[in-house]
Amino acid sequence: MKATRQAVAPTLIEMGKENPNIVALDADLAESTGLNKFGKEFPDRFFDCGVAEQNMMSTAAGLAVSGKTPFVGSFTVFTIGRAWDQLRNVVAYADLNVKICSTHSGVSVGEDGSSHQPIEDIAMLRALPNMKIIVPADFYEAREALKASVEIPGPVFIRLGRPKMPQVYDDDYSFKFGKADVLKAGKDLSIIATGLMVRMALDAADMLQQDGIDAEVINMSTIKPLDEATLIESARKTGRVLTVEEHSIVGGLGGAVSETLSEKLPTPVTRIGVKDRFGTSGPYQEVLKYFGLTPENIVKTAKEALL
Amino acid sequence: MKDLRKHLEERALTLRRHTIRMIGKAQSGHPGGSLSAADIMAVLYFHKLNIDPKKPDWPDRDRFVLSKGHACPVLYAALAESGFFPVDELLTLRTLGGRLEGHPDMRKLPGIEISAGSLGQGLAVANGMALAARLDGRKARIYVLMGDGECQEGEVWEASMFGAHHKLDNVVGIIDYNNLQIDGFVSDILEIQPLKEKWESFGWHTMEIDGHDVMAIVEAFDAVESIKGRPSMIIAKTTKCKGVSFMENKAEYHGKAPSGDELEKAMEELSCIEMIEPDNKEGC
Repeated sequence: MKATRQAVAPTLIEMGKENPNIVALDADLAESTGLNKFGKEFPDRFFDCGVAEQNMMSTAAGLAVSGKTPFVGSFTVFTIGRAWDQLRNVVAYADLNVKICSTHSGVSVGEDGSSHQPIEDIAMLRALPNMKIIVPADFYEAREALKASVEIPGPVFIRLGRPKMPQVYDDDYSFKFGKADVLKAGKDLSIIATGLMVRMALDAADMLQQDGIDAEVINMSTIKPLDEATLIESARKTGRVLTVEEHSIVGGLGGAVSETLSEKLPTPVTRIGVKDRFGTSGPYQEVLKYFGLTPENIVKTAKEALL
Repeated sequence: MKDLRKHLEERALTLRRHTIRMIGKAQSGHPGGSLSAADIMAVLYFHKLNIDPKKPDWPDRDRFVLSKGHACPVLYAALAESGFFPVDELLTLRTLGGRLEGHPDMRKLPGIEISAGSLGQGLAVANGMALAARLDGRKARIYVLMGDGECQEGEVWEASMFGAHHKLDNVVGIIDYNNLQIDGFVSDILEIQPLKEKWESFGWHTMEIDGHDVMAIVEAFDAVESIKGRPSMIIAKTTKCKGVSFMENKAEYHGKAPSGDELEKAMEELSCIEMIEPDNKEGC
């Protein structure tokens, strides 16, 4: 069991050894994001900006426009929430090469509670031109996405989580930016999942199989740009789509899938996610369960959708 | 020295003339902060900045960050007069399909170092550029022009702490202190004084100068070059809409274009007619 955020330190250190233009910035959460380890390895190329996220984002813009590839780390409520104007009006508008390795995303933050549980970040970032959004399903995908982000021009948001979760992939996994991964083929229903919900979607599909329901499971780790071709192909085959995300059902993966299918292949869509409300404190396993972010609820919702 | 003063004063007048013509033609834009900054911009672009319009991406160049992006007419004028793009293009300010956006867009126009428009960000961007220059061992200096009202933004003070903490002596800030913001006098809306003491207490080498005395500006930029181990902030006392008597020191001209008789009078005061070719009087 590993958390997606654990990929940050080893991956950036490895890349930093080969690419002297990689620099990192954090805002007093470097131990949690892992960027303190990058700082130990490359003290000249790491800037802890203190509790001042807006300054951090604009400083990253200045570094990027000077030829550096800055990785900006903090919790997602702060990278996106606090530094939104900086992200919008400089980083995204000028299409700058800033990579946001954003940890503590979604309600799985757990005990810290709603103020620290971003459930709107994907919706906000989807509406931002030039932005690319990756939500890795596990540690290995996070590692490969971080590596890939350096090759993707312009701003990239990598949504990482706090808790240690079961893996989907292994060490050999090869990530393709902008390409959905069909993890299990099926004919009755398409389960489109992202982030830590991908593992749960696979577990749910196993349970559905035992009940004679053949679900397709797709990891939609790149949410922007959305792999519309894979989505449409799957929806055409199954005729029924279920989206699963650790994010608000407003504007996130469910929103992206619904918008695409409404225009290109109208298909009934059911969205599992946080239902337009704020999060809550609690151990992350209990909080996920409270919001129905479990394999059991995916099974239940899938069966209801197929009635 | 007398020649330099004369030269820079003429360049500043040219920038003011362009500013009024551009904004007059567009009937939109921010004359106040452009006119108050014209002398500072003239010294930067026609004396101080180590830049080459033929190589706008030259890595060793000095950088100029316009943090108060709404003053872009005077920046566009300075860039055009420096040779980054044709002077004729100035009259396309704020038009659909043009490159002279209402606030500067670095992806559209050569010479713009960073897109801007939302206040408070430029100093932090300049800090990032200064860190990059230091990492790369470049001698480039980073100049950033801010507004006085802009100092009400919290990010300015985050960046202030950051610049001092990292001893960014390659950063030179200039505050265009005209004491006016959109809603009125800065001192009435939200007082920023004591400003010099604020910057000093944040660890910056701080100077106060007359922002319309080109030689005082030249001397200030020269003087801060010898300051090591901390960044410098030059507080330039200015007059909003400087150069057009009836617009001077009036908040309403922060973001309002003079029109009709006003425009004619402004053009007259700045002797705009002298700079316009006989066959190109459309901008009048």
